[in-house]
Order: sequence, then C-alpha cells, then structure tokens
Amino acid sequence: MATEKLVRIAQLSCGSEYSGIQEEINKAANLVEAEIFFPEITIKDVQNAEEEFGLQVASPDLRLMMARAKAIVEGKTQADAVLIATCFRCAEGALTRNEIRRYIYENSKIPVISYSFTERTAAGTLLTRLEALTTTARRRSLLAREIQEGLTAGIDSGSTTTKAVIMKDNEIIGTGWVPTIRVLESATEALDLAMKEAGVTRDDIQALGVTGYGRFLLGDEFNADLVQEEITINSKGAVYLADKQHGPATVIDIGGMDNKAIAVQDGIPGMFTMGGICAGASGRFLDMTSKRLGVDITELGALAVKGMQKNVEMNSYCIVFGIQSLVNSLAKGSNPEDVAAAACYSVVEQVFEQQLQEVEVIEPLIMVGGSSLIEGVPKAMKELLKIDVLVPPYAQYIGAVGAALLVSGFVNK
Amino acid sequence: MVKVFIYPSNSLILSDLVDRFGHEPLAVMQEIGKKIRTAGIEVPPINITPEDPKKGLKYAAVEVPSGVRGRMSLLGPLLEEAEAAIIVKEPDISFGCMGCARTNELINFLVRAKKVPLLELDYPKTPDDVKDFVHLIKEFLDKLRVGE
Repeated sequence: MATEKLVRIAQLSCGSEYSGIQEEINKAANLVEAEIFFPEITIKDVQNAEEEFGLQVASPDLRLMMARAKAIVEGKTQADAVLIATCFRCAEGALTRNEIRRYIYENSKIPVISYSFTERTAAGTLLTRLEALTTTARRRSLLAREIQEGLTAGIDSGSTTTKAVIMKDNEIIGTGWVPTIRVLESATEALDLAMKEAGVTRDDIQALGVTGYGRFLLGDEFNADLVQEEITINSKGAVYLADKQHGPATVIDIGGMDNKAIAVQDGIPGMFTMGGICAGASGRFLDMTSKRLGVDITELGALAVKGMQKNVEMNSYCIVFGIQSLVNSLAKGSNPEDVAAAACYSVVEQVFEQQLQEVEVIEPLIMVGGSSLIEGVPKAMKELLKIDVLVPPYAQYIGAVGAALLVSGFVNK
Repeated sequence: MVKVFIYPSNSLILSDLVDRFGHEPLAVMQEIGKKIRTAGIEVPPINITPEDPKKGLKYAAVEVPSGVRGRMSLLGPLLEEAEAAIIVKEPDISFGCMGCARTNELINFLVRAKKVPLLELDYPKTPDDVKDFVHLIKEFLDKLRVGE
C-alpha cells in the first residue's frame, strides 16, 4: 500500500482489552495506515455522561464510551474517524453502540463504524471495515468521481465468484464472470474474458482497480492502480449503475460469504454494516439450497418467484439449521418452488434482523451482487421492507464496475 | 492474616484499608501486575490474550460476552482464594471502577455463594458516612483476626 496520510481513529469501546483483541484492532489500523487513540476525558465527564447523553446504563465502561463520544462531537478531541466496539452478545453494549453511532453520525461529519467482537476477532476481520473507514476519512476526492473516463478495468475477487469489467468513456464494453477457485488464476480468466469481449489487450488498459477478498494479492500481481475494499467500491458502483449519484440511497449486497448494508449520501458511504457472523444470511445458503433442489443457482430465482414462502418453515439463523429445515420440508412433501421462496425470504429476513437495524433504510434501496439476480431475493426484500427495491443493470458486476469507475481518476497520472 | 477479596476489585482505598489492618487484599491490580510484568507484552495495554476469555469459561458459559469471561479469568482465581470479602455497593467511579455490570453481578453472586465472612456496605455519601464506613471495615477486619 502506498504511503498515505495517517488517519487518527478514536476508539470508543467496552471490553476489547479484556477480550484480548486490542492488539488485533491496532494491527488492522496499522495495515490501513491509521492510529488508534482513546479520547481523553475527565471523571466528571463520565459521571455526567448518562444524564447528558440520555441513556442510562449499568456498566461504567459504557458511560465512558458516551463521554468520549460527546468529547468528539463537541470538538474537545480531534478525530478523523471513529470505531465503536463492544462485546458480541451484550445487550446493553449493543444498545449503547447503536445510539452512540447514531449520535456521532447525526452530529458530526466524522465517518464511523461499529463492530461487536468476540475473543476470536482477528485483524483480518476488521481490516475491510477499517479500510472503508479510513478511505472515507482521507479520500473524499476519489469518492467524488461520477463519470468513468478513458479505458479502465476493474476486478472483484469475491469469496465465491470473480468478476471483471472493461469500461470505456462511461460505458461497460466487456465483462467476465468465473467461479473463484485460485484467486490469481480466476482473476486472470475473468479479465481475459472481459478483454476478449471488449476487444482490447492488457496494454490498452490505462488503469486497473481491484477489490474483494483477493484484492491485496491481485493488487501486487497486476500492479493495480487502486486496491480498495468493497464498502467504498460498492457504494460508488451501486449509485453509478442505478443513476442515483446524488442524495441518499441504501445499498444492500448479499454476498457469497458476507453481506453489506450501506447508507450512502452522494455516493459516499456513511453508516454501514458488514455481516459475516452467520452463513445463513449469505449467498452461500442460496447456493446450497439450489444444489439441494437440483437446480442451477441461476434458476433458483425464477423458481422462488413461483413459490409461497409461507408454506415452508425455514430457519436460516444458522446455515446448518437452515439446511435442516430445507431437508425436513422436502421430506414432508413441500414443493421446490415454496422451498426456494422460503430460502430467499429466510436469507433476507436474516439480513434484516442482523444488519438493517444499524442502518437507516432510505429509498432508493439498491440491491447489488450476484444474489440480487435471484429474483426471489429482491422480491422478499420488497415484501419485508414494504419499499421498492431497485436492481440496476450489471448488478452482479458491482465491485468490478465500482473499481473501474474509481480507478479512472488515475488515468491521467 | 486473612485473604480478603474486595469489590470494587480495583479500589486502592479498600485495598489499602485491608492491608493497613493486617490482612492480605485480593485485588485485580496484583493480577494485572503479574500479566504486565511477564517478558514481552503480547497484547497491550494489559496483556490479556484471546486465551484468557477461554479460561473464563470456568466461570461463565460461552454465550456470555468475551469481555465478561476475560475479566473472570482474572477475578475468578482471586475469588477462589478468598477467605473473607468486602463489597461496597454502588461505588462512585473514582472509588474503584469495575467497567462491566454483568461481570459485577456475577462476582457479587459468587462472593455471596462462597459463604465466607462478608461485609456489605453502601458507598458513603457524607463525611459522617465515611467515618462509619472506615469504622465498620476496621471492626470487620479486626474480628477476622480474632477468628484466626
């Protein structure tokens, strides 16, 4: 990674040092050229925090978090970004985390991310989140780009599939889509497919952007001009493809391994959550469902649209229970259409329960990623949230498009 | 000399009173001290590693937050050693701050369940309360010595 301006991230947390993960937070911050600091406050600030903030809690460390949040908002301490973290499974911590997050979001322009950790939380898990946080803090000019210029390529190395696009003068002229097997080989294959369709060679490409799980490996191998996490890329890609670049939007990407729910304003990610605790809320569950039903994943959506989710009891809180429900319902004689509909609804329900509580859902709701092409998924989302769901063209290439768009800022350099 | 567990477990005043009246205070500072005096700080600031919350499983199940279990890995062994205990209810943050209310509930329960001599006191609000507070602690600690 090129040397960047150091970003100062204020940590507001409860329990991280006792969970033994503070070093992991520090490591992740170092990887994105940021430093973690704890805002200084007085005992009086902590004593007054509850009353001034308006949330009564039993744990003093949570009051400490409130006092530190107030110090940031009131400008007593200078922070470029904020990380809010509490223990997973602590109800009081979750309430406080969400309210502090909302408070900072509504009262400042400082980017903020929240996370609930366990003792197993590793720097790698935090990396994408902190990368998005620091990008928003330090590279607003990059995020201001609305038009793709020149001839650029984007590669999205996802957990399940690798996508590539070639763009020229604000048009997509080539696409490639392959399953992710070996990161480098799959990326090369996807890019070759896109270049073949576009009728260009590697030498013609003026700038290349990479994103997704394999981005660092690809960045080194392809000497990419832009190596960027999916939160930033998908925000930009979604509003670009949906032609909603100005004003608010909500972006939901149900990926192969995790989900992203992002509140976007003028193309810049604000509050966002990135799931990953449970595969039952990911595209992986839909993949397993299609295999069990004996249909291709591309046929699952059409099947689901014909079915009634209410006819099947589906529990995808955990992928194991979800598959159990699926097997049980088929054994009882449920038809595949109803099972497919229930699986789509179940995944969407999980995304709603696990993530959309932390992101204010504002129209337009843009669904992207491969799962958005499974018609049952946006249909279930529409039913659940009672709002229109927009699936833009090329939604499955969202990461690659976002990367090709943003990297065009490097064309003349 | 009796080993006296104190709550809040990081209260310097309580720790000092127990020591001053001839007993051994069981305070969390000594446990953290052991952690940070070991060669090499693996996990700053207090060198609790991800292994510690797993040790805390002895006192709280896996569905209990990792922060509670990490704290219990320090406080649990102290509780096991305790021959007596002093609990100060609803202390001010400046008297000793135990950051996590769930851990505090568990600690207080385990102290009471241990059935060792126990003094429970309200946090003093006035100068007169403070005098009574110190007097009651002294009386309790003196009785422990007689009991020996």
